[in-house]
Amino acid sequence: MSTYYASLLAESGILLLGALSVYIILATGQLSLGNGAFMGIGAYLSSYLTVALNVPLTLALVISAIAAGIIGAIVAFPALRLKGIYLAMATVGFGEMVRSFFLNFDTMGGSGGYRGMQHISVGYVWLWAGGILIAVMLLERSRVWLEMQAVHDDETAAGLIGLNTVVTKISAFAAGAAVAAISGGLFAHHNVYIEPANFGFERSVDFVLAVILGGSTVAPGSLVGSLLLVFLPEFLRPIADWRLAAFGSLLVLVLLVRRQGILDRSLIRMLTFRRAAA
Amino acid sequence: MSTPLLQLTGVTKTFGGIHALSGMVCEVPEGKIVGVIGPNGAGKTTLFNTITGAYRADAGEVKLKGVDVTQWPSYRIVREGIARTFQNIRLFGSMTVWEHLLVAQPHSESAWRRLLPIAWANPAAQERAEEVMAFFGLTELRDRPAKSLPYGIQRKVEMARAVTARPKLLLLDEPVAGMNHDEAEEIRSLMIRLRDTGLTILLIEHDMNFVMRLCDYLYVLDFGVLIAEGKPEEVRANPVVLDAYLGKDD
Amino acid sequence: MLIQQLVNGLTLGAVYTLLALSFSLVMGILGILNLAIAELFMIGGYLGFTLIQAGFPLPVAVLAGMTGAAVIAIVIEKVGYQPLRDAPLVTPMLSTLGFSIILQNIATNIWGSDPLQLPIYGDQYTLGPVNIGEMQLLVLGATVVLVALVAYIVQKTPMGRALRAVAENREVARILGVSADRLTMLAFILSGSLAGVAGVLIALHYGAITPYLGVEIGLKAIAVMVIGGTRQIWGALVAGPLIGIAEVLTVAYGGSQVRDFVVYGFMILILLLRPQGLLGGARSDQGQRV
Repeated sequence: MSTYYASLLAESGILLLGALSVYIILATGQLSLGNGAFMGIGAYLSSYLTVALNVPLTLALVISAIAAGIIGAIVAFPALRLKGIYLAMATVGFGEMVRSFFLNFDTMGGSGGYRGMQHISVGYVWLWAGGILIAVMLLERSRVWLEMQAVHDDETAAGLIGLNTVVTKISAFAAGAAVAAISGGLFAHHNVYIEPANFGFERSVDFVLAVILGGSTVAPGSLVGSLLLVFLPEFLRPIADWRLAAFGSLLVLVLLVRRQGILDRSLIRMLTFRRAAA
Repeated sequence: MSTPLLQLTGVTKTFGGIHALSGMVCEVPEGKIVGVIGPNGAGKTTLFNTITGAYRADAGEVKLKGVDVTQWPSYRIVREGIARTFQNIRLFGSMTVWEHLLVAQPHSESAWRRLLPIAWANPAAQERAEEVMAFFGLTELRDRPAKSLPYGIQRKVEMARAVTARPKLLLLDEPVAGMNHDEAEEIRSLMIRLRDTGLTILLIEHDMNFVMRLCDYLYVLDFGVLIAEGKPEEVRANPVVLDAYLGKDD
Repeated sequence: MLIQQLVNGLTLGAVYTLLALSFSLVMGILGILNLAIAELFMIGGYLGFTLIQAGFPLPVAVLAGMTGAAVIAIVIEKVGYQPLRDAPLVTPMLSTLGFSIILQNIATNIWGSDPLQLPIYGDQYTLGPVNIGEMQLLVLGATVVLVALVAYIVQKTPMGRALRAVAENREVARILGVSADRLTMLAFILSGSLAGVAGVLIALHYGAITPYLGVEIGLKAIAVMVIGGTRQIWGALVAGPLIGIAEVLTVAYGGSQVRDFVVYGFMILILLLRPQGLLGGARSDQGQRV
């Protein structure tokens, strides 16, 4: 495998984690357009740990995930008051605040960025990405996930059948933030250079894009979306300059004809059934 | 006399100065089917919403087995033993019948087990769901999205969802609204079978005949005020009740 | 120079006001966030810029920016909003995000991703300690006129009353015989035109433009809309200059980049504590009902 394709593969693994971070929060009916910020927190914190304090990378990622999870829970608490578009706007605001914070965070380079991280292999990236994808797929069969779905479908009814909707929504935010932080830590150690602009609004939008295109009702949808976003441009070389427009059009098209995204429960069932029958 | 399962004293709820419920007093003894009747807008659903904590009572007390639950959040009230259905069916759009029966079960397992696939971590929950599904005759429909089912069956799914929570008290909000005679009879026999298993039922209904033949005791509401109570035959003979119903479109 | 800073802040604020108004015309009436407005603003800017470069007079450039943006707004409404109007409100927002990606890509391919430069348009005047450009005056004047015009349309004309009826309650509006579809289109056109005008004015005021202008100023304008209140036309008129001045002052006195932190922090506080906006009257009912 050429280094070029290896780096694309690593990129898609990192994007997959970002997409999953949005997916987990979206499963409770909350749209976050600020997960780039949690990614940034993970990137900066883990880099600081490995570079300045010589903490082993895996431990640094775990610490960053926990820290981001706590921040996520703190952010989610006031956000409970907001729904739909208003929540989405607040998360945009949060994302911009965090980006602005890192711009002023001179200890770690401010607008000049931060470097010195040890490069990691694509295999290490996918160990995390694949592991977390499988964990989320298992989670989808759990009782907690059913509770999340209930909150997504009808929050009031969920409360009235005995579910603690507050805990569910906050936990989803915390878990999403933790996954985004791991994505950020991997990004930082794969790129070996980070700057605040890496974690702005566009990044958050990429995550959402991968989820919505790939399929927003099943975890493997995020996988499909991430691979699509990273590898499709390779097949679109002839229209390289227009690939973003192609994605924009694809997004609109998917929303118009297949709102749940490319992959959904029934498509998965069909594919697995066919394989079993063959 | 033993403490009644549910006891309301002076429960009052106002919306913008209008009394939706004023000074409501009632008792639901264990193992009985109790009905609340009254014309449209009499405050019946407000009563349910106040009992289950969807609304906060402005005054008065709601006691479950002697415990004051008036200020509790609704999920705690449910876990304490009150489950309900809704007048406008509220099923979860993305879930199958089976999933409805799993999600509503109270969980005693530790936090990390709740994160594992139910099939590994909690076979007991699956057994319970199977059992309730069979009781309600829903086994065939296990994997169907609940919202795609006919109206009468959706009502049954909602009742089954409430029952899987193992409540002490089941609140049914117009369980036979919009059903034909046969469907209503089926629900009636289900309710009697449920009571025979030891469940206590409080239901709202405005079909007088239906409640007369089913309930052990009745409360009659009009404009948020309790105007009569008693055994069905007493209520039927009460002139105040007839007045409230006469000339009113129900 | 404090007064000089105030004037600069006011100009920046005026642009925020126009763009915030453009967002709130759609948000207030349909409850959806048309994210593509940021790019309509940017495209409007490029159109105006190009015409000025080609030697056309200012009014022609403004008209071109306005028309161009309005036409694209029509396309967005037809393709990206109309078919999705029954979906959860987040869905049409995502489709406008799709358009926003497309438009940015188009602009990058036509005009390149490097900033285009133009000499500062118009004369400079010195009033005592304050330097003010012709373009700055024009931005301020145009903002006041346009806000007044929109306020007049929304509050005094039958069309505006119908718009507000739809904003209050779509169902009632339908019963009253108001064509919600036509009005939706109208709201998109009005909002697009405003964004186009704002784009031309800011591009000429700065004397420079990039394809990323929309995102930068657009996100800020969303904050201004929230702070002013999504249903208040006059709210944006106060919130725009407020944010503009606060920004210029923090840059001048407080330090380099804390301004974004302050602006978005303020927006989040408003969302949490006064969802009806700074100037909103009674607390609007955004809570859920059982």
